[in-house]
Amino acid sequence: MKSSLIKSTVIFLGLFFLYFPILVLIFYSFNENKRVMVWKGFSLKWYNELFNNEQIIEAFIISIKIAALSATFATILGVMIGYSLVRIRKIPFKSFYIFLSSTPLVLPELILGLSMLLFFISLNNIIGFPSSRGQLTIFISHVTFCIAFVAIIIQARLTDFNKNIEEAAMDLGYNYTKVLYKITLPIILPSIIAGWLLAFTISLDDLVVASFTTGPGANTLPIVVFSKVRLGLSPEVNALSAILMFALIIIGLFYFYCNKKFKH
Amino acid sequence: MKNKLFEKYFVFSPYFWLVLFFFIPLAIIFKISISVSEWGMPPYQDIFLFDNGFKINTTFENYVYIFSDYYYIGSFVNSLILALISTFFCLLIGFPLAFYIATSNIRLRNILLVLVVIPFWSSFLLRVYAWKIILQNNGILNVILLNLGIISEPLQLLYNQYAVIMGIVYTYLPLMILPLYGYLNKFDLNLIEASKDLGLNRIKTFFKVILPLSLPGIVAGSLLVFIPVVGEFIIPEMLGGSDRLYYGKILWEEFFVNRNWPGASALAFSGIIILVLPIVIFQILYSRWSQKNEI
Repeated sequence: MKSSLIKSTVIFLGLFFLYFPILVLIFYSFNENKRVMVWKGFSLKWYNELFNNEQIIEAFIISIKIAALSATFATILGVMIGYSLVRIRKIPFKSFYIFLSSTPLVLPELILGLSMLLFFISLNNIIGFPSSRGQLTIFISHVTFCIAFVAIIIQARLTDFNKNIEEAAMDLGYNYTKVLYKITLPIILPSIIAGWLLAFTISLDDLVVASFTTGPGANTLPIVVFSKVRLGLSPEVNALSAILMFALIIIGLFYFYCNKKFKH
Repeated sequence: MKNKLFEKYFVFSPYFWLVLFFFIPLAIIFKISISVSEWGMPPYQDIFLFDNGFKINTTFENYVYIFSDYYYIGSFVNSLILALISTFFCLLIGFPLAFYIATSNIRLRNILLVLVVIPFWSSFLLRVYAWKIILQNNGILNVILLNLGIISEPLQLLYNQYAVIMGIVYTYLPLMILPLYGYLNKFDLNLIEASKDLGLNRIKTFFKVILPLSLPGIVAGSLLVFIPVVGEFIIPEMLGGSDRLYYGKILWEEFFVNRNWPGASALAFSGIIILVLPIVIFQILYSRWSQKNEI
């Protein structure tokens, strides 16, 4: 009895710690006062301001565009890596392959961002491309570090996967490619969707790498938000937070649904 | 024949992308870190000179410069200490949570796990911003403390290293809990009962049974927290003050403010060598150790 009390208390305090800041943020987004911390009354004023703020809306559209595109590319390449690592025996310089596909997971974003920026500058000096940095360079950088996250999900899924189904299909006359497209990929589809969602969120949320590789006309949402809250508080950002938190949490739930599906 | 072509396509498409956009950029960092710096654009000399015959023009001065100046070393040490403390607190909070979640019944377990990880899906930047609101001088924490009569005037909670630790522990906690849960979940609860039956008390059971069995999870979670925190830039920038400088900030300023590209590259490359290399070595050693111990 005593130990179950401790258990409930620990879990309750843990969840409180995790959710309290988010609730505070949402609560203050309804504050009418321009001074964020002084409560004046309930109001949807800042939501209204938010939807009329062209800078934020534009940044939001750019971010969604980059996130959707880079998640798609990262998913295609990540699935290829996951598949290669589990199913294909002969990979030249395999440990180098593993190094390339797993290091972006642990490398500090700052170092990754700096390396991408210096790479684009050097490339521009040599072949004159990309002549200026912007959405394209952010997209390339985001694909590069999202690949690893997708690869790890797919690799885990394929490791659990019952190979007999693939072999049975082969015995029934399917060739290699057909097995992949008709059997393997459809079965791991939930994991592929989960990988895409994770890559999408990571790209949407990235500030550091985007700050390094951005250029004129490519202010993503985190860059704009950071410039607003770096030195102070912003009631518009509070309203944005509430909306974004809600949207991202729904994406997160959907991710769990996709990633859990195969486990039971 | 056809299979081979197809396999090649699968292996080499991502291979090509990662070599081009990940490995070569890392190589460029190394290249610039051993270049001679100069005024101009780009602010460094080429490492290969062809004007008067072929000459290799490299220097280790940038590394000497960094490693002989306390400003850089001190910041890196600050970051290591920060990462160590944050990892410790993540473990301190994360372990009991992961343990109790893993020992709940299956239905509750899944709900709790989702609940723990969901905040991780919401925006990182905004979660840090939330702490800025909470820790303000007239923020909610100060208001509560004032009303309870614990303090008589608002505390300066923001813009110091404690606020930074708070922000880091909050944002990185799920990264600690997930791998811990992964290992604790596999763990046979009967072992705890068995250990109690054999006369070990709670403390001994924890240190002799639970802790050794969850060690891989502790290691994995700690690495997932420790390494990114050393390079963390946003949290010290938003919640920290001028009391302490960290590696991320120094690197950023060296590049964007001082425009010392070779210096910034040397800092970044040293970071890779100091942080990433030990992990690769550690993983090899650890997998050998665990293989040996399982047999």
